[in-house]
Amino acid sequence: MELKLALKVSNLDNVATIFANDIKDGDKVEIRDKKGQSETVTVKGNVPYGHKIATKDIHVGEDINKYGEEIGIATKEIVKGEYVHVQNLDSKRGRGDWKEAK
Amino acid sequence: MNFMGYKRPDGKVGARNYTAIIPSVTCANDVANAICHQVQGTITYQHHQGCCQLPPDLDRVTDTLISLALSPNICNALICSLGCEGTDYERMVKEIAASGKHVEIIHIQELGGVSKAIQQGTDIARRLIIEASGLQREPVDISNVIMSIKCGASDTTSGMASNCVIGYIADKLVDLGATVIFGETTEFIGGEHLLARRGINEEVSKKVYEIVEKMETRAKSLGCDMRKGQPTPGNIAGGLSSIEEKSLGAIVKSGTKPIQGVLEYPEHVTNQKGLWIKDTPGREPEILTGMAATGAQCMMFSTGRGAPQGFPSMPVIKICGNPNTYERMSEDMDLNAGLIIKGEKTIEQVGEEAFAKLLRVLSGEMTKNEAIRYFSAIDIHVLGPVI
Repeated sequence: MELKLALKVSNLDNVATIFANDIKDGDKVEIRDKKGQSETVTVKGNVPYGHKIATKDIHVGEDINKYGEEIGIATKEIVKGEYVHVQNLDSKRGRGDWKEAK
Repeated sequence: MNFMGYKRPDGKVGARNYTAIIPSVTCANDVANAICHQVQGTITYQHHQGCCQLPPDLDRVTDTLISLALSPNICNALICSLGCEGTDYERMVKEIAASGKHVEIIHIQELGGVSKAIQQGTDIARRLIIEASGLQREPVDISNVIMSIKCGASDTTSGMASNCVIGYIADKLVDLGATVIFGETTEFIGGEHLLARRGINEEVSKKVYEIVEKMETRAKSLGCDMRKGQPTPGNIAGGLSSIEEKSLGAIVKSGTKPIQGVLEYPEHVTNQKGLWIKDTPGREPEILTGMAATGAQCMMFSTGRGAPQGFPSMPVIKICGNPNTYERMSEDMDLNAGLIIKGEKTIEQVGEEAFAKLLRVLSGEMTKNEAIRYFSAIDIHVLGPVI
């Protein structure tokens, strides 16, 4: 069976987006970048349509990048293939709850 | 390249030919609405401003209502005034008339109440629309287009499909000598450096940072994380984890051309060409109003989760990036950019389809929200409190 794709937008990214329905924990997906290079990973967590997985291990406090730009920081240790969303990614902007914002 | 439009006395060209029934204050809404229901070919702006606001906001509301009437999609206008409002209805009449457009005004208190105002207003509006309806469309050059762009109810497909299509059209229109306006300052947060780099000079770049900082400061003023406000719960359910991710996808729709400058919310375009920013929030009623006030004849609106609404006097073309949403909501979506996500079409292919659609809509073809009049939720963005 053909593997579902996880699209990595830029080489600088450490997440890729899966445009497929019903991706479950343990499923294998193919991470593909714009140059067509690909790698198969095992997904950790149930990933809804259009959501992201890590393309490499990401440590707490490290930047998470998409489009080659920062989209937030990791609030937990994230392993390659793991579902990345609000449960382990924090925004750095619009943080009225942070004393020293940004 | 041409489209068929209505030439206005001030040199602008309309894609629609309405008589606008404009309440000068929210308290005149029901009168304006009753007249609008009675007289075909009219539209109204049911906003919630115009009284018990600080003077800069009252000026902002007055200016925005004037700009809406100056939009080339409006042929002539009837102002519905209560009589005791804070907006400057005399200036409205004066500035609209100065553009060469026929404008009339009624005052509810002076006429002796609601029913009398509705009767008088209906008679005036009937005369105005008969006058408007005699105009014919003429072929005009595409450089007369002022296109506004927006994304709403976004998800991760927006930045990878539908916004790319709008970016393609934005670039093409700029190359053809037209005007393109984008906004949603909140959704520059995290991507402002990319926009600032495209400013035509230092001043424009500085202004981009300045409007983003102001918007972010306002967002932080209640001492909480802005997540849930922006990105919205729907954005988050659609995979957008942070405002930065949402912004980086949102600004794709501005294409790649240099940014000429930043317009204030009530401002309308006079002879500006190329790509411009308008400083607006992201919420639909306020940004759609701001964009119509710019003088945009049309809006390209990208969505992932499925935003159905339009605007009374500005046709809104819905382009859906999410193939699942398109399947569920195709009756509300004008174009399917979900085929890009599925790998069945390229950005350029959908971009050309969307461009052809835009030309047809400018020339009179109705959009899906326009055909069912799904456009009553509008409002004017104000800065200060209601007091």
